Amino acid sequence: MARIRFDSVTKRFGDVTVAQDFKLEIAHGEFFTFLGPSGCGKSTLLHLLAGIEMPTAGDIYFDDRRVTELAPGARDVAMVFQSYALYPHMSVYENLAFPLRNRRTPAARLDEAVAQTARTLGLGDLLDRKPRELSGGQRQRVALGRALIRQPRVFLLDEPLSNLDARLRLEMREELKRLHAAQRITTVYVTHDQEEAMALSDRIAVLQQGRIQQCGTPEEIYRAPANRFVAEFVGNPPMNFLPADALRGIPPLAARLVPSNGRDLVIGVRPTDIRVQASALDTALQAKIVLLEPTGADLWVVGEWNGQRLKGRAETGERLAVGETADFVFSGERIYLFDRASGARID
Amino acid sequence: MSRIGRFTALALVALWSLAPFLWQLITSLKPDPEITALPPLLPAHITLAHYAAIFTGTPFLRLMANSAVVASGTTLLAVALGALAAFALAKLHVRRRTLILALVLAVSMFPPIATVSPLFLVINALGLRDTLIALILTYTGFALPLAIWLLTGFFHKVPDEIYFAARVDGCTPFEAFRRVLLPLSAPGLITTAILVFILSWNEFLYALSFTATAAARTLPVGIALFPGLHEIPWGEIAAACVAATAPVLLLALGFHRRIVEGLTRGAVKG
Repeated sequence: MARIRFDSVTKRFGDVTVAQDFKLEIAHGEFFTFLGPSGCGKSTLLHLLAGIEMPTAGDIYFDDRRVTELAPGARDVAMVFQSYALYPHMSVYENLAFPLRNRRTPAARLDEAVAQTARTLGLGDLLDRKPRELSGGQRQRVALGRALIRQPRVFLLDEPLSNLDARLRLEMREELKRLHAAQRITTVYVTHDQEEAMALSDRIAVLQQGRIQQCGTPEEIYRAPANRFVAEFVGNPPMNFLPADALRGIPPLAARLVPSNGRDLVIGVRPTDIRVQASALDTALQAKIVLLEPTGADLWVVGEWNGQRLKGRAETGERLAVGETADFVFSGERIYLFDRASGARID
Repeated sequence: MSRIGRFTALALVALWSLAPFLWQLITSLKPDPEITALPPLLPAHITLAHYAAIFTGTPFLRLMANSAVVASGTTLLAVALGALAAFALAKLHVRRRTLILALVLAVSMFPPIATVSPLFLVINALGLRDTLIALILTYTGFALPLAIWLLTGFFHKVPDEIYFAARVDGCTPFEAFRRVLLPLSAPGLITTAILVFILSWNEFLYALSFTATAAARTLPVGIALFPGLHEIPWGEIAAACVAATAPVLLLALGFHRRIVEGLTRGAVKG
């Protein structure tokens, strides 16, 4: 286990700056996630931790030891790659044993460790197989096993679930959480899937263009997004945004908007916080229904109001039809205000 | 296109490529009086006399041994050095990669004839004239660009993540190269080795210029020097050519599948 510290790390590839003066501390045994769209620099940060890339400036510390120039093999980190990166010419046994062989582990202990890891991940019957003879889920398990087998100080995962089908992804997500709970190895996880990040992490850093937009617990990030980017990126379906001025006529919202009169604001409301119903209520926002999306548990309704697109949730039994007008009801407490120019959230 | 049409086209191409070789084969089996006569194209009876003659009357076996040493030595050296260079170019952070690859290619652009005299002077000065080492070193120099280019391409096809995984799993760069990159590039290594082998097996100009006696002469030079003062022994030359082609042919056939695999690998995903 180790505490990780980025000390003003800058990384450039040629003229492209991926991270600028990046500062962050990750605690002992924490499950920490870098969340962001592709190209936000999250994989590069992981590569910097692994030692695959060197920072252009700044330092990286594990506990209080500077590891900036250490080779990947000397850092005692293990990594799971998006493509699994199994060794195709080796059997499952040899894939699992590889990191131990590199550390000159005695044969008896090696055998025992492979057997133990294979048992934990349910790979016992597959030890003689080659990676190409395995299913996606099995490959994923081998990749996990190869990383876990030597109890590294830091465990790095780069979008490990993105190549699995939806159902297997949920299964492996639970397994990852279970493994982390059992072993408490400091884990740094990279994903673009906000739901995955929320479900797994102790803390999340939302990244955009190499900058942390917000860093906090999943709860904090969901309940109190720091800015419009975070609010839009976290939460599914994504948050609705409406110009504040257009809403000043609606009584329950007008009160909430009074303190910030005169400022150019954007209002954000999560679709889960909008109730859509057929009966006409004068305190609600009346929008024309353009799309209905039943998902079984929920009925999502996309409406159009004054040229703005708006999504809300209806009871599954609600009688709604495309082309009709319905009420989109939401309270003043459940809206977020953002400054239009800076995107920052205003309390 | 119909199957028959395709078959005919392939047969024509094969015939076009193989015709000179078939001509040599036929000549090598014809008795002397028939060689200069045409027709008949095919001999009335077959003789192995020319083959017997090259193995008894000429230093053919010595030439073949020389060629084998030179070609194997060159192949080993060029593939070993080429693989190291290609590894660096394909997987390590080498600055100015493209420039280096272009320069490597530029080296092989020199027409051999332009370099014969300076190389001859160097080899003479080193006291290596009429030795196999002189040929091995020269051929390696000319085979390296080919080896580096081919192998860089093959190593490039091994995903970076697999190399990174090996590094994170505790390998030094060289260990990752030896235990992961090399085994995964086996078809590429074999393809490269065979191409280099053929290149040095067939080379004529340097071999002619840098050797003086049967001590270091290779097959192409040796065969070219068969003609005597008053007559040209066509039958023996043909027999020697066929016999000289045999090892390369066997090598290529033996690794046929591997070569095709190597040349087309990565063309289709999966």
